[in-house]
Amino acid sequence: MTNGWIDIKNTDVMLIMGGNPAENHPCGFKWAIEAKRERNAKTIVVDPRFTRTAATADQFLQIRAGTDIAFLGGLISWAIENGRYHKDYLVHFTNASFLVRNDFQLPEEGLFSGFDPATQAYDKTTWNYQEGGNVTGTAAASSAPGGAPQHPPAPGSSSKAGEAAPHSSSGKGGEGQGYQAFGAVGAKAMGPGADATMPSNVAHDLSLQHPQCVFQLLRRQYSRYTPEIVERITGIPKAEFLKAADLFTSIRKDGDAKKVGTIIYAVGWTQHTSGTQTIRTAAMLQLLLGNVGRAGGGVNALRGHSNIQGATDMAGIFDVLPGYLKMASPADVNLATYIKRTTPTPSKPSEWDSYNYWSNTSKFIVSFLKAMYGDAATKENDFAFRYLPSIDRKYSWVEIWDDMYAGHVKGLFAFGMNGVAIGPNSQKNIEALKKADWLVVCEIYPDETSEFWRSPGITPEDMKTINTSVYRLPGAGFAEKDGSFTNSARWLQWKYVAVPPPGEAKLDQEIVARIFLKVRDLYRQEGGAFPDPVLKLSWNYTIPENPSLAEVAKEINGRAISDVTDSKSSQTIKAGQQLPGFSWLRDDGSTLSGNWLYCGSWTEEGGLTQRRGTDDPSGLGVYPNWAWSWPMNRRVMYNRASCDIAGKPWDPSRAQIWWDGDKQKWGGNDIPDFKIDSPPKDHMGPFIMNAEGVGRIFGPLAAFADGPFPEFYEPTESPAKNVLHPNQQNNPVARRFKSDMDKFGTPEQGYTIVCTTYRLTEHYHYWTKNNPMNVELVPEPFVEIPAQLADEMGLHGGETIKVSSARGHYIAKAFVTKRIKAMMIDGKKTYQIGIPIHWGYRGIAEDAGKTARTLANALSPAAIDPNAYTPEFKGFLVKLEKV
Amino acid sequence: MPTAALEIKAISAHPGPVPGKGAKRNEGDGVCKLIDVTTCIGCKACEVACLEWNGYPFHETKFDNTYQTMPDLQWNYYNLIRFNEHEFADGSFGLLMRKDQCMHCADPGCLRACPADGAIVQYSNGIVDFQQEYCIGCQYCVSGCPFNIPKFNSMTKKVHKCTLCSDRVAVGLEPACIKSCPTGCLHFGTKDDMKALAETRAAQLREQTAHTNAGVYDPPGVGGTQVMYVLHDIRNPEAYGGLPANPTIPLMVRLWKGPVKWLGGLAISLGLVGVVAHFLRFGPKEAHPIEEVHRP
Repeated sequence: MTNGWIDIKNTDVMLIMGGNPAENHPCGFKWAIEAKRERNAKTIVVDPRFTRTAATADQFLQIRAGTDIAFLGGLISWAIENGRYHKDYLVHFTNASFLVRNDFQLPEEGLFSGFDPATQAYDKTTWNYQEGGNVTGTAAASSAPGGAPQHPPAPGSSSKAGEAAPHSSSGKGGEGQGYQAFGAVGAKAMGPGADATMPSNVAHDLSLQHPQCVFQLLRRQYSRYTPEIVERITGIPKAEFLKAADLFTSIRKDGDAKKVGTIIYAVGWTQHTSGTQTIRTAAMLQLLLGNVGRAGGGVNALRGHSNIQGATDMAGIFDVLPGYLKMASPADVNLATYIKRTTPTPSKPSEWDSYNYWSNTSKFIVSFLKAMYGDAATKENDFAFRYLPSIDRKYSWVEIWDDMYAGHVKGLFAFGMNGVAIGPNSQKNIEALKKADWLVVCEIYPDETSEFWRSPGITPEDMKTINTSVYRLPGAGFAEKDGSFTNSARWLQWKYVAVPPPGEAKLDQEIVARIFLKVRDLYRQEGGAFPDPVLKLSWNYTIPENPSLAEVAKEINGRAISDVTDSKSSQTIKAGQQLPGFSWLRDDGSTLSGNWLYCGSWTEEGGLTQRRGTDDPSGLGVYPNWAWSWPMNRRVMYNRASCDIAGKPWDPSRAQIWWDGDKQKWGGNDIPDFKIDSPPKDHMGPFIMNAEGVGRIFGPLAAFADGPFPEFYEPTESPAKNVLHPNQQNNPVARRFKSDMDKFGTPEQGYTIVCTTYRLTEHYHYWTKNNPMNVELVPEPFVEIPAQLADEMGLHGGETIKVSSARGHYIAKAFVTKRIKAMMIDGKKTYQIGIPIHWGYRGIAEDAGKTARTLANALSPAAIDPNAYTPEFKGFLVKLEKV
Repeated sequence: MPTAALEIKAISAHPGPVPGKGAKRNEGDGVCKLIDVTTCIGCKACEVACLEWNGYPFHETKFDNTYQTMPDLQWNYYNLIRFNEHEFADGSFGLLMRKDQCMHCADPGCLRACPADGAIVQYSNGIVDFQQEYCIGCQYCVSGCPFNIPKFNSMTKKVHKCTLCSDRVAVGLEPACIKSCPTGCLHFGTKDDMKALAETRAAQLREQTAHTNAGVYDPPGVGGTQVMYVLHDIRNPEAYGGLPANPTIPLMVRLWKGPVKWLGGLAISLGLVGVVAHFLRFGPKEAHPIEEVHRP
């Protein structure tokens, strides 16, 4: 979340889409209710089903799964054409005024400029700004009456196509795109970019009239997303769309800058082959409306597990290190090359300022290396940079299982992760495990992964042919260990042990530590190809075989190795002392920190994550002394944007921070997410993690794999043709896996029903089917079927049905409901069904032989988003039959 | 938090004055639970909290084409969210989720119907509670309840229902369901305060949302209830899983426990009076010696 849970209470209007917070985040949803009760906030819910969230909404719109970009693009266009946007914010706090290269082309025929059909990849050279400074006013000649170009040049026919304006860059967008967009929280903009080649003095038109300025390109890009087109793609009737568009943008009616709207989403947006771009469209809409950085605003990802934000921050994905530092690549021959590649240089109008906080990358990575390798990391050996693994290609979750299925991956550790059940195309994952030599599962229950060898369809005879050795380690449940949870609001909250782990169960850190120590012993005894990264790993915990998590948390925060002095304040942090914040990190080896973002969470004052202060002086729900929020306890990110260009709050009744002219400092009710002494006249951008300093409506160069603007593409499996560009049906750079088990269905083959998957409020993933309380509330699997479809099929609620996709089938009882209605998609009646994911072949009902024991993900396809590598669990095709 | 001692106000079928009655405490109209149906998200936390607080086991349930946990309340399941798919008069669709439990009527039909001395009590804080040790299992309370709440345990031959957590309330705690509610759709306080809160919320719904018929459910037919609802559409409480529009104590119970009981008493008294009068007038009936019957 750019903001936080409690902050939702400050909003005036909520767009809840791609998420079902009432069911999946019921405790946090209290703040949405609070906004309704206390501020008369309005709620718009857009979902494939009428959910329990929709039950509390002012307006519900049923959308076809996977068409969110069409809806959001339509909102952007409607807001622009109806003057419902925040002009000052747009000009000063976003790149709307920046000029884009003349040879950049919008995907009006389906593809952006630079696509190579042979490699199925983009050359992103043209996805860049122009060099050239202030060109305000020079566009008059090329503008049609009324200011904006009414007849944008057709792609390819632009008079300047191929004749690029002067620019300093010629580099390709290149490698390692993507994860800047991932992470859902503010982290999305925080990846050090491959944007080193952006121009240093960007051409810009503050009147926003130049046909190549980002604003005009944005307008042209989404001019195709008319309400009629939105209806044909999404199935949302035009009248309903217009009502929602009017309601959500009503905060900017008549030039009002005070009101605020928020967007709330979850994995309903991420789990598509265009997931990242969906979230980006939302971010662009929020920038257009001036809602980012403001109390009651923002782009708010609701994380589906208590600590998934923590997992993401601590390198939950293969291509980042903790704190969203980039993983090394083989091309990084030494630390200097790595730092050069991953440290952006400012790219902005020269009269503006940019903090460009990623310019500190060298301090973050060196401090990280010191935390990893301690004394073995020296200036002479590049701080042991070569000990870090480097990645030559992508190793995302689905790729690992694909590699196992191909016989390349021989063993797997599954800790707190039910791999067979959670991934797409489960049967392929089961087949993959059959080919592995060994599998280690650390869990609190026997799960589908550790018992893959007795999944449905495997006979006792078959079992004899499975040679995978399975080791089960009894782990500890969440109430049986201490440590911190990082929630959706980026708060690190310490928790305490409630009960000890039962029986032989052990704490996770003890299990991992004991495995590591054994492996290290083996390396000591036997050598090995490259033993140093293991042998020299810093492991100075008081109890090496069971490190205390407080000790680990202190290491993650970081400390001074030798005395560190701040030249400005002359303050010194003594050797061995905890660092008070990441501004103290150094790249000379005098500091260590396991994750720069968490620096400040455990200082000499103690664990700030353990704070439980309930004072909230501003009444805005900041609670500055409750736990600790990254970065540096700032509760709303980019909060400089809550003020106008002079540093005064857009809405004094929700004043977050402001410029104090007397003290020549920013201050207020929240910690400024900004350079504290940068005066407004310097025009430093509020988006300090971007090299531009401003919010990116246009995502330049390699920021995204699939385009600088989001474009609507049909899901991998779709019941309809892409009405925007029939020749470009799907996302051209989304990855579809190609093994013999990766099959994709079409309407022609009879797969005509759109299927989406989700969780219920009564269950938690694949765990709670082991808990009688949850089993009582929802005892068995079901499939939600529209009442109209059931009527056509002669199907009654409670009857058993079989759902089949090109990959597998799922058997459960039918839940016939009016909460899903038939949709008209491009003139054709189309149905959607929904499957809660929670069941499998292990649990109370399963063990008692009361359910069909199939897995919902047996249906879903292994097709992934090109930026975040998330599979398309929602919006694939199936057919139905009565059993 | 209204702390309310369990001072007894009325007792079922008890002859003579109610013990302890008259020891006044200023509780106004007693305690009250307010359920704002418009902000309920059907999470069922209240169902689990109720079960856990009362120490009942988990039930084996069966999928029944609904999110609703089970079709009806049970003797050991006091609290159930009823799910109903509903089309409002303006054509809009709604998923109505109503927490169903004892309404704790000011004029409790169960208590009126109960023939067992002390089996049903109404505390001065408004809570109507069953005392199972005095319950004779006749189930008159079941027929006396216009909300179909009391449930019979056929093993023990006793009737049970929601206690409004009288044990928690007595020591100044809120009922378990209130404690567990994540959205704050459940409120607890004095009836006066809850009434004011409910009316404010209903007015807000009427003025600020499409629910122009929102209102407060506090049915006068049973003298008002210590459990109130805010409904999207007060004109149609039946849509919320059979909430009666105008609940009253069944005529038979009222007749039986009112006029019939009185008339019965009168009849008995009159009978006695008649007997005495007869005695006074005619004196004791004496046995006459059997006369010989002479056959002709």
